[in-house]
Formats: sequence, C-alpha cells, structure tokens
Amino acid sequence: MTDQEILAGLGEIVEEIAGVPADEVTPNKSFVEDLDIDSLSMVEIAVAAQDKFGVEIPDDQLKDLATVQDVVNFVAKNSEGSA
Amino acid sequence: MRSFTPPFAPAGGARILSFGGYQPGNVLTNDDLAAMVDTSDEWIRSRVGIVSRRVAGPDESVTDMAVVAAGKALAASGLSPADIDLVIVATCSTEGSLPNVSAIVAYRLGIVAPGAYDINAACAGFCYALASASDSIRAGSARHVLVIGAEKMTAWIDFTDRSTCIIFADGAGAAVVGPVPDGEPPGIGPVVWGSAGDMGHNITIADRDSFLWQEGQTVFRWATTAMHPIAAQACERAGIEVSDLAVFVPHQANLRIIESIARKLGVPRERLADDIVHAGNTSSASIPLALSRMAERGDLKPGSAALLLGFGAGLCYAAQVITVP
Repeated sequence: MTDQEILAGLGEIVEEIAGVPADEVTPNKSFVEDLDIDSLSMVEIAVAAQDKFGVEIPDDQLKDLATVQDVVNFVAKNSEGSA
Repeated sequence: MRSFTPPFAPAGGARILSFGGYQPGNVLTNDDLAAMVDTSDEWIRSRVGIVSRRVAGPDESVTDMAVVAAGKALAASGLSPADIDLVIVATCSTEGSLPNVSAIVAYRLGIVAPGAYDINAACAGFCYALASASDSIRAGSARHVLVIGAEKMTAWIDFTDRSTCIIFADGAGAAVVGPVPDGEPPGIGPVVWGSAGDMGHNITIADRDSFLWQEGQTVFRWATTAMHPIAAQACERAGIEVSDLAVFVPHQANLRIIESIARKLGVPRERLADDIVHAGNTSSASIPLALSRMAERGDLKPGSAALLLGFGAGLCYAAQVITVP
C-alpha cells in the first residue's frame, strides 16, 4: 500500500463514520482541531481502519495519532508487506 | 423410595408474564450538569445521546426502588405474592453488602419465605438473572420468579468527573417469570453469556471509598466490536432471524454504542430501544426499565420477539430472545 492509497482509504472511512467529506481529509489536518472528530469517533475510525488495512491501532497508540498523516504513517509502518 | 424428579418442571420452559418499572422523581438535565462540571447539553447529546436522567433522593435506596418496580410487575402479572417462590435482584450499587436486597424486597411485598439472592454481573445483570430464573423454572426449582434490576449508580459517581457523571443514573425494572403452559410457544430463549476478566480493570468501583471509573475508549471499542456477534448468536440459538425481531433492547449504555451494535447486527434504527435518552445509564435496571416503559406506552406487541443484550463491567455479557408478554 502506498501512502496515497492509505490516505484515500482513510478518507472514505472518515466520511462514512464522521460525515466529513473525504476530500477534506488531507495529511496536515488534525482530527480533533480541524475535522471536529471526537474520541469515540476516533475509536470507530481505528476499528474501521483495522478492517480495511489489517492494521490494529491500540487505544494507547491511538491517543498519539493527532493528524491524518500520523495515521497514514502508522498504517504504512505496521501493514504487512510494506516496504 | 428416593426420587430426584421435581414435582413440577414445565416442558415448555419459562416465559415473562409482565414488566414493571420505577424512576425516581428528581430529573437531572444536561443543563443542570453543565452548571456543575465543564460540559454542555450539545457535548453530552453528541457523546452519549442522553437528554435527561433521574436521580434517587438521599433517603431512597436500591431496595426502595426495587420494591416499587417489582410491586408493579407483580400487580400486572395478576399473581399474588403467595405465587412467587424465588426473588432474584441484579444490582451492583447497593449501599451496603448485607442483608441482600432480594430478601428485603420479598418481605416488603408480602412474599413469604421465597428463595432470594442478589447477583452482580453489572450492566449484564438483568440478562443473567432472567436466564437463572428461566433455568430454575425449567428445572423445577421454582414456579414463579420475580426478577429485578435495581441501581442507585449516582451513589458511586463523582459529580466532578464529567466523563462519568453525565452517563449514569438511578432506577429499577422488574419482570415476573412463570411456566409456559403446555402447547404454548416458548417464552425465553437460550442465553448466550460470557465474560472477559482480562479486561476487568477497564470498569471499576475499586473499594467502598471509590467512585465508578471507566476507560471509556476501551469499553467503547469492546462494546462496538465484540457484542453484535453475541447478539447474533442469541438469535441463532433461539431459531430466529434478526429481521424477525420486533425490537432490540440492549443495555442502555450510551446511544452511540447501541446504535453501532444495532447497525452491525442489521437491526433498523426504529426497532432499537433508546430509553437512555430520558433515563440515562441505569446499569442492570436499564433493560427491564426500558421494557416496562415501552409496555406502558403500548410499544410492545404481545407475542412478538424481543432481543435483550446486557454488557458491562466484568467485563460480563449475556443475550437472549424473549417473547413479549
């Protein structure tokens, strides 16, 4: 998976769960500050990301993922077969 | 000659005959809470879906609330106190640990010398108690059982902790359970129950001087990922399709949790009980309280199938399908 593919997939997830248009889910956006996503929605996004990318994001790690790019990096780093 | 065959053991098992519920008179709104802690009506509605909840008075005990709810259920059943031979109370918020609530409830309702015990399976308690009542009747250990969920959660809440004080509330709900007459359809389906003690540290009241504490995100994740398969399994064991359920009554934990479970289970929103909006999270009381309020409003169709799902501290969970009385 490329970062672009992860970003696109994450955008779909955020749109479905939080109703934020996928094209607004850009790398530098903060989930809480810019996208107005609360802690429970972040859990739902983490669960959906696990289903989509096969990467588990535990709660203690989730707290440190503030921006879209943080999640993309986490998924890229932890996904199987990543370069 | 020695015989261990019970004198009565209905082949058809047990069914629910009636419901009863009680909510304390004191209404606590989101605006009331916003005056106490840093929160707002909008914040509470969006996080947990609660608009208002009820709080017991300082002199109102778990037992007091249980007596009122159980008395209503007993009256609605048409039975007399003498017909009840077992009383089970699910609770996790009693003021003290002795005497148990069930024996005192029985005494105050004029039920003479029934079997009486309390169980603590936290928010799953009512479903555990209902399963135990059903099994007792099926086995011939009891003929009619009074099953109650009663909680004074606010006695264990820190009203300076905005993550918990917005959620929990007080109340009681009860059901009278009796045998299924020969030839009638079954009343209480097989229970699917279990626990995850490895996650027990995520919801605690650590000791008598502590308040209720929970790791909200972890519990949210568990409830929204692990519970819909349990609910689906309860339907499967009862031989019913999810699409044939008239109503899904999960523990009223948090509106977002139960909407998520319903969505994943395939239950349409209009068939999801959402009593939490005006009752808050009353732990083991939430399911029978929701059922009793729906019955009062005429929202329960007699003979239809309802799916119950309790889940919470332990972490414990239980689900079963019932036929609505």
